[in-house]
Amino acid sequence: MTQPLHIEAVSAHYGTTRVLEDLSLSVQAGELVSLLGASGCGKTTTLRLIAGFLSPTSGSITLGGRDLTRLPTHKRDIGLVFQNYALFPHLSVLDNVAFGLKQRGIAADERRRRAMAMLDRVGLSVLADRAPGALSGGQKQRVALARALVIEPPLLMFDEPLSNLDAKLRVDMRVEIRQLQRANGTTSVYVTHDQEEAFSISDRVAIMNAGRLMQFDRPEVLYRRPANTFVARFVGFENVIPFQVVARDGDMVTAETAGMRLGLSQSLYGTIPDAFLLATRPDGLTVSSDAAADGLPARLGLRTYLGRAYQYQCETAAGHLVANGSLTAPLQAGARVKLVPVPEQCTILAAGGDE
Amino acid sequence: MSDRPHPLLIVIAALVYLFLMVPLVIVVGAALSDTTYLTFPPQGLSLRWFENIFQISAFRRTIVTSLQIAFLGTLIALLIGIPAAYALNRFRVELPKWLGTLFLLPILVPEIVFGFALLKSLTVGTGAPIFLALLIGHTLIVLPYVVRVISASLASFDFSIEEAAISLGSAPVKTFFTIVLPNVRGGVIAAFILAFITSLNDVSVSLFLTGPGISTLPIQILAHVEQFFDPTVASVSVLLMVLTVAVMAIVERTLGLTFLAK
Repeated sequence: MTQPLHIEAVSAHYGTTRVLEDLSLSVQAGELVSLLGASGCGKTTTLRLIAGFLSPTSGSITLGGRDLTRLPTHKRDIGLVFQNYALFPHLSVLDNVAFGLKQRGIAADERRRRAMAMLDRVGLSVLADRAPGALSGGQKQRVALARALVIEPPLLMFDEPLSNLDAKLRVDMRVEIRQLQRANGTTSVYVTHDQEEAFSISDRVAIMNAGRLMQFDRPEVLYRRPANTFVARFVGFENVIPFQVVARDGDMVTAETAGMRLGLSQSLYGTIPDAFLLATRPDGLTVSSDAAADGLPARLGLRTYLGRAYQYQCETAAGHLVANGSLTAPLQAGARVKLVPVPEQCTILAAGGDE
Repeated sequence: MSDRPHPLLIVIAALVYLFLMVPLVIVVGAALSDTTYLTFPPQGLSLRWFENIFQISAFRRTIVTSLQIAFLGTLIALLIGIPAAYALNRFRVELPKWLGTLFLLPILVPEIVFGFALLKSLTVGTGAPIFLALLIGHTLIVLPYVVRVISASLASFDFSIEEAAISLGSAPVKTFFTIVLPNVRGGVIAAFILAFITSLNDVSVSLFLTGPGISTLPIQILAHVEQFFDPTVASVSVLLMVLTVAVMAIVERTLGLTFLAK
């Protein structure tokens, strides 16, 4: 039942505005892939193209060898879960779930049996006769999930399914979604703007920006080794410092930025180009009051409390940076300090890369 | 703050109600009078002027014509108006804004002008039969109400529900009937009733389009008043009022009047 999805060189336009540019993406059979990005990045457009609510201006979409590109939505056999649930208000919970089976010409008894079994799996069989309006948000989304799963689609798609739920329920529901998806082994595409959500449940994540795919990889790779400054900033590498290589000695590279020299090992980062960007999260910069420390001279600005650390806004010759300092020795605004990069928590990006 | 309204407010409200109700009370009173001329308060009580309505063939005929025109006109307006309202809402982003306003034109243009325009273009222009001209005219004047009321209903309809149904394998046209229409049922009923009443009570457009042998009830009432001064007119008015109130009562019972205010 489970099938791979291939999107090949797909572009899409709204009127004359290009909203998706030459997107290629493959989802393996049984894999859950998230499309992640801010609103307007093209993730929802991509989902609507796969669903058939939009037509691409070029490119092709195939599902398990079946060309979907020109197929109308109702013949695509895709399970969809919407942000606002989109349950049929005039049908009971059971009839909502059985709707897709009815379209497939399955007899009433069998429909009922299968719909009940699916409602049982999402823990809602006792609510089968209720109207959707009488359910809570979480229950509605479970019904929507059951409705999409019961037709045993080769592809399941989620459009920000948890955005309307409160924080605690979001976490519970995403675990539930992942478990059901795993158990069924259904190829899935999951659209979200929530990075934690995407990273926690996906096999791979496609980070998108302005209608283009910025990076497509496992969450672990995206989190530690972003491929460009856009992805780096997106996953929290708030500090991006430009460096120039001034000396090379085998594995070791000495690089320089305004006010600081740094020795870097290529065994840690791979080949380092002559001009590069060093990116770190606030945790990757140690705040040192020691004037003799080998770091970037900085003047501290606003201090905020994060619970596990203090965070400082810092002014340096390399621009505005953000660093986290220890809770035991809070520093005052205006203090002169050194910011020392922690090599393991830094990553190297090509200068002038995709922004 | 006292939870009792100010006495002056009660007086004003009472005056407004009085102002609205008195003409109606006078008409009902006059209709029940036993005299051969219009008078209030009624002298003697009789239903003979109600019987008289049905003895005058012109009234019998125009009541039937009015009901036919109202029913058929509303039906046609729904057949045009429902798809129009659907398209206007479904493709709100893609369609130009003025397109929605276009459907309101027949009630934005003064009805008397609209009636005259229809006379020139339909009856004189094409020589269309009177009944057909009336039907077209009435369809056009009730269409804005149909589009407006159903649009209001569709505005709160979440079109992702329709997309969900299509994604589950229901063809788009079938989805319209099984998913979209049942969810705007209330709007359709409200539109039907509003359009029906509007058509039934129309004077200005009908005035231009009626002709020899075929007329509508309100026009017949006018014609009757020009010649006779008996209470028949009052009783016809009461009949029209009762019809309207009955229809409104059905709306109130089934949907609630707030529905029309939407």
